[in-house]
Amino acid sequence: MKSNDVILQAVTKIVVFIILTLAVYLFFSGHNNPGGGFIGGLVLAAAVVLLILAFDVNTMQRALPFDFKVVGALGGFIVIATGFGSLLFDVPFLTQTMGEFDVPFFGEMEFSTVTIFEVGVALAVVGVVVTIILSISKDV
Amino acid sequence: METLITILSGVLVTVATYLLLSQNMIRIILGSAILSHAANLLLMAMGGFEKGNVPLLGENASGFTDALPQALILTAIVISFGVTAIFLVLAYRTYEENGTDNLEALRGNNDE
Amino acid sequence: MLTINMAIAIPFIIAALIPFVYKRFTRVHIGWFVLFVPAVLFIALARYIPAMAKGNTYLRSFDWIPSYNINFSTYLDGLSMILGLLITGVGTLVILYSIYYLSTNESLHRFYLYLLLFMGSMLGVVFSDNMMVLYVFWELTSISSFLLIAFWFHRKKSREGAQKSLLITVSGGFGMLIGFIMLYVMTGTFSVREVIATISTYTDHQLFLPAMLLILLGAFTKSAQFPFHIWLPDAMEAPTPVSAYLHSATMVKAGIYLVARFTPVFGGDATWFWLVSGVGLFTMFWGSFTAVRQVDLKALLAYSTVSQLGLIMSLFGIGSAAYYYDFSTSSIIYTQATFAALFHLINHSTFKGALFMIVGILDFETGTRDLRRLGGLMAIMPVSFTIALIGSFSMAGLPPFNGFLSKEMFFEAALNIGQLDIFSLSTWGVIFPIIAWVGSVFTFVYCLIIVFQTFFGERHLERLERPPKEASIGMLTAPAILALLVVGIFFFPNLIGRYLLTPAMASVYPQLALEGNLGQTISAWHGFNTELMMTIGVIIVGALLYLFRNYWKGVYKLFPASWSLDALYNYLLEQLEGSAYSITNFYMTGSLRNYLVFIYLFFIALAGGTFLYTGALSIDLSGDAPIGIYEGLIVLVMIIAAISILFAKSRLTAIILNGVLGYSISVVFVLLRAPDLALTQIGVETMTTVLFLLCFNFLPDWKKEDAPKRSKALNMGIAVSVGVLFVLIALSVQNGDLFNSVSSYFENAYELAGGKNIVNTIIGDFRAFDTMLEVTVLLIAGIGVFSLAKLKTKKGDQNLEE
Repeated sequence: MKSNDVILQAVTKIVVFIILTLAVYLFFSGHNNPGGGFIGGLVLAAAVVLLILAFDVNTMQRALPFDFKVVGALGGFIVIATGFGSLLFDVPFLTQTMGEFDVPFFGEMEFSTVTIFEVGVALAVVGVVVTIILSISKDV
Repeated sequence: METLITILSGVLVTVATYLLLSQNMIRIILGSAILSHAANLLLMAMGGFEKGNVPLLGENASGFTDALPQALILTAIVISFGVTAIFLVLAYRTYEENGTDNLEALRGNNDE
Repeated sequence: MLTINMAIAIPFIIAALIPFVYKRFTRVHIGWFVLFVPAVLFIALARYIPAMAKGNTYLRSFDWIPSYNINFSTYLDGLSMILGLLITGVGTLVILYSIYYLSTNESLHRFYLYLLLFMGSMLGVVFSDNMMVLYVFWELTSISSFLLIAFWFHRKKSREGAQKSLLITVSGGFGMLIGFIMLYVMTGTFSVREVIATISTYTDHQLFLPAMLLILLGAFTKSAQFPFHIWLPDAMEAPTPVSAYLHSATMVKAGIYLVARFTPVFGGDATWFWLVSGVGLFTMFWGSFTAVRQVDLKALLAYSTVSQLGLIMSLFGIGSAAYYYDFSTSSIIYTQATFAALFHLINHSTFKGALFMIVGILDFETGTRDLRRLGGLMAIMPVSFTIALIGSFSMAGLPPFNGFLSKEMFFEAALNIGQLDIFSLSTWGVIFPIIAWVGSVFTFVYCLIIVFQTFFGERHLERLERPPKEASIGMLTAPAILALLVVGIFFFPNLIGRYLLTPAMASVYPQLALEGNLGQTISAWHGFNTELMMTIGVIIVGALLYLFRNYWKGVYKLFPASWSLDALYNYLLEQLEGSAYSITNFYMTGSLRNYLVFIYLFFIALAGGTFLYTGALSIDLSGDAPIGIYEGLIVLVMIIAAISILFAKSRLTAIILNGVLGYSISVVFVLLRAPDLALTQIGVETMTTVLFLLCFNFLPDWKKEDAPKRSKALNMGIAVSVGVLFVLIALSVQNGDLFNSVSSYFENAYELAGGKNIVNTIIGDFRAFDTMLEVTVLLIAGIGVFSLAKLKTKKGDQNLEE
């Protein structure tokens, strides 16, 4: 895809980071506020797609040197693995648990296995969405 | 309000059906995308709207809107994206192989 | 000790290993490896014989689907023992024979895999006590027979023969299944033994007769009884070891086994008696009559098998008359028929197996089985000649071969039943000995044909494909063993009688066995009685008919090929195929639009019809939440956007309008207090739009629909009615509060899942399984898109589909 849009590129460089921050924020706030794995993943994917649109695929790949197919597969693996993880503790498949931990500097923090599950979901969404976009756009 | 949303999804269904019945692949894909919008709205309307607040317990509200349809729809939205993507790539590959996006022209198989 | 369940499982397990063994040991003929299976099983079964002779039986059961009363239970008694020994014994010999018959160039792994599959399922048929399990194995034998007949699938006749046998035997099997289910409905058990124990109270049940007829249908189709015999001659397209094994010694005996097994259930009923003995007897006559006109040796043997099966079947029918006499001692003379049937069952397997193998040898050595081309081979193939002589004369019922003994007993049974005074036999009974005798005459004629036309007469070496020579020792071993048995049984018949037949009689007549000894002494010489006269008559008339066969062969012109059952079968098949095609082509037009129109019209008719018919339509708007100004506006925008898509001039406009729709929906979600949905919708809508735009790079521009006005109007009509119906249904459903909402459960999200966002806890915790599967679906979609876009046949690559 040929594009020579200086303004878009300049804006993108800044905006991508804002979007990435937003994605991370949305991801972590998901437990108690709107957000979560799907949304975080989608917003992350949006950042990547913006990079592709403003620059090109190669630039994006240099900035984010991941194979997104692997990212998607890894996400799927994590999702299923957390399911099997609960089997190790002799509870039904995909049982989630949480607990409060005392973390230095941050004080009392809540940690839940749902977060791991959500990481998997987010990675799967990013991986798949970017893979789809890449597959179609690369194919010229 | 429920009636209004239902009628809106009815209009969307009508449009989607009309598009699905056409012969052009892009129209059909658009139709399927619109159909999933309609389904999502219908699910939403089924939950009912009167009960009150956003389904966030932190809001300390007395009542919440039904969260179950919302969870269902969230799943449906993401899946419909996957479906649309598959359709699009299928359409584009079909066009590439056969040189047409008209379904009437694509009819039949060569085996017989 | 090896259990019977294991005996059934072992062939299947070895069959699964065959492909690996075949790959590993390429130089050794794989048959040597397979040979061990039936040999070991034969020995294992034979070790039960002494205990069985004392009257023991073995029952073993594994729960399989206990909730449906379906258990993998095996029952080893005298009857199943005979069949089991035949399956493994003949199996061993046939595999030995096949090692020399099939060269290593053939795809042996397939052959032996199918053969083991058959062996296992056949063992399953005879040992299963549970009718459902029996049915499964029954159909498995049909399937493995199909695969074996079509072993040389490049030949059209093989494929047709395989299809024919499958169609006929499997449809019979379906009938049998329904019969079994009827028995279950009557008696409440799937176990054959329990059915036998309780059936006497159900003989007046309205399902009794249908169940009997359906089970007989299964038995008759499997055992190639008239008019279902037509599949057996065509099944001869299979390699000769298969014909010797499946289509003479074992599989076709399954139907007979079924009849024997169910004699205690249905025996004593007039319908059963007349059907089994009548069909059997007619099949015997028709098979031998038709066999005489054959010119292909294998086809001749096929018809002779049909005839012999009919003979055994009719004997079982006659034997069932014993049940009429409430187990008194006077019925013993009718149980004699069953005894003869079991005896002939064994004898037939020995001589027919030997004959098939000899025909295979002839085919192998000379390249033809055509009787018009063969002749004078006695001097060249003396051993084969001897075995063929033994086999055919035994089949003809001559001493000193085992066929003589059972043939005499057959005549005796036919004569006895003629004097019986039940089932209106006093008027019709005289037919039995007459048909039996006429059938035997033709049997004698074709036996002479086998021996004399092949081994005597002029030698026409130039008509053969290759110069004949005697077969190798390895190839002759198996038929020679069978021929030895043929002679051996004649001299020591009571060994078989005591150890095999008497226990089997106990399974056909369980009650009688308790009261007295069912065994009989078989002797070759009864003095000059009617039976012997009949045999002598058969020999004289048969020899005359053979000598003057050219004078009366015109009789066969009365049965032209166009009037045969075969022609009927072909006609039915063609009609079925033709009408299926035309019906399918009528609605499978290949047009997506047509299909959708069908679906929508059906939906409109069905859902709309239901509404009209049941009066379910009830709309009550009172419970609605009030409409705010923003909601009203956004809905208006969406309706306008949606309708404008229909009139969009370019695809870009359409996509933008679709985007408007999508983003508006996220606004609706916000208004309806669903922030998560709004966020997701925004994300997905963005991606979708990008995707559409990317695809537009490669797709042609959006042309105006050039469909005719009429179909456009139809589309519009369908679309509007679907929309209206949709709204009506949705509104009606909203009123019906049939169930309590489960949603309040999720409001304890914080206590249960530690999250305050209810939607998120549902996704991540309550319904995490759904989410997991959803992620999987998404991944599959991703893989699908990736592979569709990337993996394409390169230009010049050959298209694999052609």
